[in-house]
Amino acid sequence: MDEAEHARLSRRQVLRQVAGVAAGAAAAGVLAWRLRDPTGERGKPAQPELSLPAGGYAVEASSVLPALGVATGQSVDAMVRGAVDAIGGMARFVSRGDVVVIKPNVAFERAAALGATTNPEVVRALVLLVREAGAREVRVADNPIESPEACFVRSGVQRAAVEAGATVYLPSPRDFRTLAVPGATWIVRWPFFHRPFLGATKVIGVSPVKDHNLCRASMTTKNWYGLLGGRRNQFHQDIHGIIADLALMMRPSLVLLDGTRVLFRSGPTGGSLSDVRPGNTVVSSTDSLAADAFGWHELLDRPSEPLPAYFEKAAARGLGNPDWKAQHVKRVQVG
Amino acid sequence: MASTLVIPGWEKHPPKRNKDGSPWWARTFRITRVRIASQVFFFSLFLFLLWCTWFSRLGGYPVSLFLEVDPLVGVATAISTHTVYRWLWRGLFVLVPTLLLGRAFCNWMCPYGTLHQFVGWVFNIWTNKNNIDRNRYRPAYQIKYLILAVFLVMASLGSLQIGLLDPICLLVRTLTTAVAPASDLAHLNLAAALRERLGMDPAPLLFLSSAPGASEQRIFRGAWFVGLLIVGLVGMNLVIPRFFCRVLCPLGAFLGVLARFAPFRIKRDLTKCTDCNACLRRCEGASDPQAALRKSECFVCFNCIDDCPEDALSFGLGPLEFKDFMVGEPRKGTATLFGKPVISKIPETVKSAPAVPRRRWAFAVLGGVLAYPFLRLSAAVNKRGFSAKAIRPPGSVEESEFLERCIKCDQCIRVCPTNVLQPSTLAEGGLEGLWTPVMNFSIGFCQLNCTLCSEVCPTGAIQKTSLARKLGVGEHAPKGPISVGTAFFDRGRCLPWAMETPCVVCEEVCPVTPKAIGTYEETITRWDGTKVTLKKPYMRPELCIGCGICEHECPVLDSPAVYVTAVGETRSQDRSLLLETSRKTKEKT
Repeated sequence: MDEAEHARLSRRQVLRQVAGVAAGAAAAGVLAWRLRDPTGERGKPAQPELSLPAGGYAVEASSVLPALGVATGQSVDAMVRGAVDAIGGMARFVSRGDVVVIKPNVAFERAAALGATTNPEVVRALVLLVREAGAREVRVADNPIESPEACFVRSGVQRAAVEAGATVYLPSPRDFRTLAVPGATWIVRWPFFHRPFLGATKVIGVSPVKDHNLCRASMTTKNWYGLLGGRRNQFHQDIHGIIADLALMMRPSLVLLDGTRVLFRSGPTGGSLSDVRPGNTVVSSTDSLAADAFGWHELLDRPSEPLPAYFEKAAARGLGNPDWKAQHVKRVQVG
Repeated sequence: MASTLVIPGWEKHPPKRNKDGSPWWARTFRITRVRIASQVFFFSLFLFLLWCTWFSRLGGYPVSLFLEVDPLVGVATAISTHTVYRWLWRGLFVLVPTLLLGRAFCNWMCPYGTLHQFVGWVFNIWTNKNNIDRNRYRPAYQIKYLILAVFLVMASLGSLQIGLLDPICLLVRTLTTAVAPASDLAHLNLAAALRERLGMDPAPLLFLSSAPGASEQRIFRGAWFVGLLIVGLVGMNLVIPRFFCRVLCPLGAFLGVLARFAPFRIKRDLTKCTDCNACLRRCEGASDPQAALRKSECFVCFNCIDDCPEDALSFGLGPLEFKDFMVGEPRKGTATLFGKPVISKIPETVKSAPAVPRRRWAFAVLGGVLAYPFLRLSAAVNKRGFSAKAIRPPGSVEESEFLERCIKCDQCIRVCPTNVLQPSTLAEGGLEGLWTPVMNFSIGFCQLNCTLCSEVCPTGAIQKTSLARKLGVGEHAPKGPISVGTAFFDRGRCLPWAMETPCVVCEEVCPVTPKAIGTYEETITRWDGTKVTLKKPYMRPELCIGCGICEHECPVLDSPAVYVTAVGETRSQDRSLLLETSRKTKEKT
């Protein structure tokens, strides 16, 4: 044993050992060079930014078709169809093979009758209409305030959407990406519920008509709030500016204002049937400001009150025209 | 008959037989294999039911089944409340078989026992000789009976603590707070990798998620401690096999006490047993099958029967004490039993009662008697010192009754869709209330139309509550809604009150109608000269139900400008806030 320890290493062994150590050191050096980060900036997580397509999801404007389609009646199916037909029919908005995102308002876990969420029958009729027009895939998505599953089930939107052949997208923690909204006042970069929009070609908003404690009215423009994540609770610090930003962020193919019920007070949550009155109306437009302004005057029934400030802010950016009375409105009475 | 049956080629390929001449399947399907199948079944069922304990998966499954058949839960709550709540009579499903067969539950059904046995088996690096020594009975195995005595005495005085160590409660709690969130994290990352790297649909992985549809990763206060505890307890199997089951388990102790009456037991044939001790090699309960069987320790795992080379062990009715029928002296080898020579030198065959000296029982009872005032007279659970943050879920019974019922299983915390229910730390519930459910509104909020926690509570600490009762509508209108606390404004931190900045998210999300948060409107000139109209919020306390969504949504994140405390909860007159005349306290009259 002792002899073995004191025995001299052979030349070959020495060379092999030296070469091994040198190779290890060189590899470590190369690795360190490749990973070098003198300022500490490289180590920070990459924050890929997302952009929605230029021009949004809007379809070509028309100078002959009405700006606003208003259908009144009792049958939800007929109202949805009537309103869309009044402004050119679904074929104008959805073509064969389109992947369509439908954004209802499912913010709260409320029964449909309480008017805090989009009427599931409207969602059902809309999904069917979109599929009839040849859409390849229909996705229904929202990021609610209360627990998403419960909101979609209790409101009835889950069932209506699935039965009509749509896929429901519930938000999970990995579904948000930073969205760039150039020109926005506040949400220049904001976490956006992006997964439903992967490969999407058309976007349709469908929102109830609701009173709102701070911005006075929550309709199709405010509805895009549900596509954002992150610290949404800061939005109230300039709610009108935010809603104008939302209008800038999302240029939809079509919006539907679900006036089958009107939550005329205690909004946006409601909670009592006495806060709701029947509206029996569905409004369609490519201009969410026009649709919302119609909702303000005729459905919330506040003709003498000035429009909330967000209308003017969004209109100043050229995002719509709240003066619906000056435009071509087609009213239809359906079954 | 067999002789008349002729199969061509039979002689060339005779069916395989075991060495003792029995057919091959007699070894394949022997009783220990059946036991393993039973353990796999019950462990899977346990995981499945816990997996189902979620809004979209409930579907009418009896998700609390294991907690309900746990007879210690039924008996201990019967002792503390003098009632048997809802499904707790199902404890008979385990109690009756135990009275007949002994502690078979421990090695045939108990998912925690299965976990321990499995880990011990996987990491068993010992020789047969070592294993025989490690499976000998030790006096430390009395400790579980003392723990049981302390818990039952405390239960009789009104403080239910069995949940600290009851294996089913412990496992439900651990999986809920420590394992399920880890599984969620794995699901998120795997699904993202599948979708983004491979472009595949990650939907088939959804089973990994314990909380599908939750928009944020679920978190649980003190999960590290619960996790550390199970790692420690399971790790102890490397030191003492089945450490938890043999030393600590109060349910095992309870079943052990019952097992003394069991007519069925492992029997040892003294005319065959050569005292080789091979039966100890895999003895799960350390129950001395090689000598006087300790019925209270035996898990009825049948490993000893499997391992006995002399076929001296069997399971059956064994009421006789054979040494009384013996003739001669076994230690000299001259004894005979019913005419056959006795080979074993150990004549005793059974020891029924737990080996706990009477004075130790007395000591444990005294310990329980003392532990009650130690815990109960702490400020944490008293009406004069309770934590403002000890906010109980809706439907909870009054605090002293709550502490008689809650087994800390955290099943309610598992099912809560918003993550607001959290295991209490020492800060909210004190030592007595450790791991009981309390609400933490910075993590979640109590969803208005949700009563899931009251559905899954096995003991009625959260009484089964209909939605109409929670909201105070229909026939419950005279009582008004259930309130779990009251919200308060901190004007010094509130944006409109203190910072000239519009906000009132609290008013927006307030779910009751009319809203419990009102506002004063005021137009001011800000520091920079701009005019701004502020809505300054205030509480309408008789409308507030303490749901905490205002606190949860308040943008002043770390210490919210609106916050809920327990005062004003309707379950307790001691903790009411307003005079009887207001709506929410009318239910008392």
